[in-house]
Amino acid sequence: MMLTQVFKIPDSFRKDARYTFCPGCDHGVAVRLVGEVLDELGLRENAIAACSIGCSVTIYDFLNVDALEAPHGRALAEATGIKRARPDKFVFTYQGDGDFASIGLAESMHAALRGENLSAICINNTTYGMTGGQLGPTTILGQVTTTSPMGRNTEYYGYPIKIAEHIALCDGTAFSARVSLDTVANIRKAKQAIKKAFEVQMKGLGFGFVEILSTCPTNWRMSPQKAHERVQNEMMPVFKPGVYKDVLGE
Amino acid sequence: MSNIVIDKNRCKACYLCINECPRNLIKISDSTNNLGNRVVEFCDPEGVCLGCAMCATRCPDLAITEVYRG
Amino acid sequence: MATECLTDKKVLMKGNYAIANAAVLAGCQCYFGYPITPQSEIGEFMSGKMQELGRAYVSAESELAAINMTIGAASTGVKAMSSSSSCAVALMQEALSYAASDQLPVVLVSVMRGGPGLGNIYPSQGDYFQATKGGGNGDYKLIVLAPSTVQECVDLTYKAFYLAHKYKNPTVLLADGLLGQMMEPVTFKPYPYEEIDNSSWALTGAKARDGRIIRSYAPLADDQCVYLEQLFNKYRQIEENETEWEERDTADADVVLVSFGSTSRNVNTAAKILRQKGVKVGTLRPITLFPFPSKRLQELSKTVKKFVVVEVNMGQMVNDVRLAVNGRVPVELVHKPVGTPPAPDVIVKKVEELI
Repeated sequence: MMLTQVFKIPDSFRKDARYTFCPGCDHGVAVRLVGEVLDELGLRENAIAACSIGCSVTIYDFLNVDALEAPHGRALAEATGIKRARPDKFVFTYQGDGDFASIGLAESMHAALRGENLSAICINNTTYGMTGGQLGPTTILGQVTTTSPMGRNTEYYGYPIKIAEHIALCDGTAFSARVSLDTVANIRKAKQAIKKAFEVQMKGLGFGFVEILSTCPTNWRMSPQKAHERVQNEMMPVFKPGVYKDVLGE
Repeated sequence: MSNIVIDKNRCKACYLCINECPRNLIKISDSTNNLGNRVVEFCDPEGVCLGCAMCATRCPDLAITEVYRG
Repeated sequence: MATECLTDKKVLMKGNYAIANAAVLAGCQCYFGYPITPQSEIGEFMSGKMQELGRAYVSAESELAAINMTIGAASTGVKAMSSSSSCAVALMQEALSYAASDQLPVVLVSVMRGGPGLGNIYPSQGDYFQATKGGGNGDYKLIVLAPSTVQECVDLTYKAFYLAHKYKNPTVLLADGLLGQMMEPVTFKPYPYEEIDNSSWALTGAKARDGRIIRSYAPLADDQCVYLEQLFNKYRQIEENETEWEERDTADADVVLVSFGSTSRNVNTAAKILRQKGVKVGTLRPITLFPFPSKRLQELSKTVKKFVVVEVNMGQMVNDVRLAVNGRVPVELVHKPVGTPPAPDVIVKKVEELI
């Protein structure tokens, strides 16, 4: 019987790359999806990544693309500089929610408002993972973190930000979607969204954005399985997956 | 015959793949890897693997490195 | 004013425009900026000129974004710059530390105004420390060039791009509000330096090679030790090769007046008056603030009886002069906290009091 290979480590990965993420962390899936899309669109040799600060910064150890490490929150400013200098290159960022939507909100929003031909991936795991699980811009109401020991209340902390909806409101945005990695079916949808966010840049249509609901089992103090249940039961009702803007209208 | 390849030194023992397999072909093994993790193994004596790649799609550590369908 | 001049004829031009025009002639491909007095003319000029030439211009949302965009562009090997002033250059310090660590040829024009805080929009030299010591974290150096005339603004803008690329090091053109706003005759000659090949490190897409990583993150302490030693070897090389200063009448001088930037103009006049009065005065003007002409000052301290540092701040460069002289002879300070430089007769009077 003929065997067809239906899965492999993406060619866009560095040889012998080993993830340094915690066991069960969805970052590993998200980075792989980026690698698969780079493969499928043939972008590896033309891509430049602007990396952020946090667990997400390590992507340059895995993806075999040119990469620049940006200060915390400035990935989309550096990506803007790269793209303006080399408009023929494919330029993307891979950021956490703290990087994208807290310290870097101005850079993120203005990149979208300017309609920069860039693609941005934002991992939303409702916490600052690398620093040990503090409250972040996406921490949901009631969530206990190391800096919201009694749970997030509005009196002390205000409300979480719905990133994909905000980015969709920017006129320069060509594509904005929120996806989840809680099931295999949703992982496949997530990949399609990443592909869309990459394609709008290739077509010069403007800013492409995907917010990815992900787990942080270590800081949530949950098993990887329970962490996915939390994504379904607690995150998805607040951060509803969907396509919030798509200029291709598909 | 459909099958998967596991690089046990990449496995971090999150066991997410175990629940994904529709044929329950992935199990916790008795062996550990160089990280000290008790890794998973693929047991398909009857050759019923679908080659659906759900395990590899789920695996967050690229430990399931190849999937073949046939 | 927004026209590119390439002429041997003298034209009358404001310092800020001259800097911007020189940057265009130097081949600057990307400008990123945010308005702040007294340097806004640079961004205004660039907004029109860069679009006219099909080069990159972004009105950034903040100075944070502007300098990081500059880093992004510089990482691809092109000539890129930003410009700003004092309290806004303060916002850029984090990125300058990254750029130094990343070893990227970022060019920043810093046109000093009064501080601290919002301060005021009068000229000042209060950011000598900011430029030469840095406000970013960790051990790093920026190359700092200090023009004293509008013509030198042009020449040193060219040089800033050259040195930034030659040494892969962020380079600051440190002017002040006086130079930025004053008009003087200038000549624009073609960019006089060789182009530096950056193909070994620039991010251009990993075609037929592995991806390059430009980063300042060395997770292991030992890696960071090795890295910093290499970085400081580069700084020593820069000190060796690029230290530049202007010296007048020091051969027989009892007193040497040390000043930088626009202040040196009045200091030179004061020195002439003092000579006429029979005081054996010379002048030394550091053109590169890093690398600082410490060695030369040290040599002079063997023959000179006294150094007088003149600056428009509360006394910043005077510290570097004292370090160089190392207590061999007295180093006095004549200063004005902020504003235009002290007038020549004021300097003359103060020097006479000190000797």
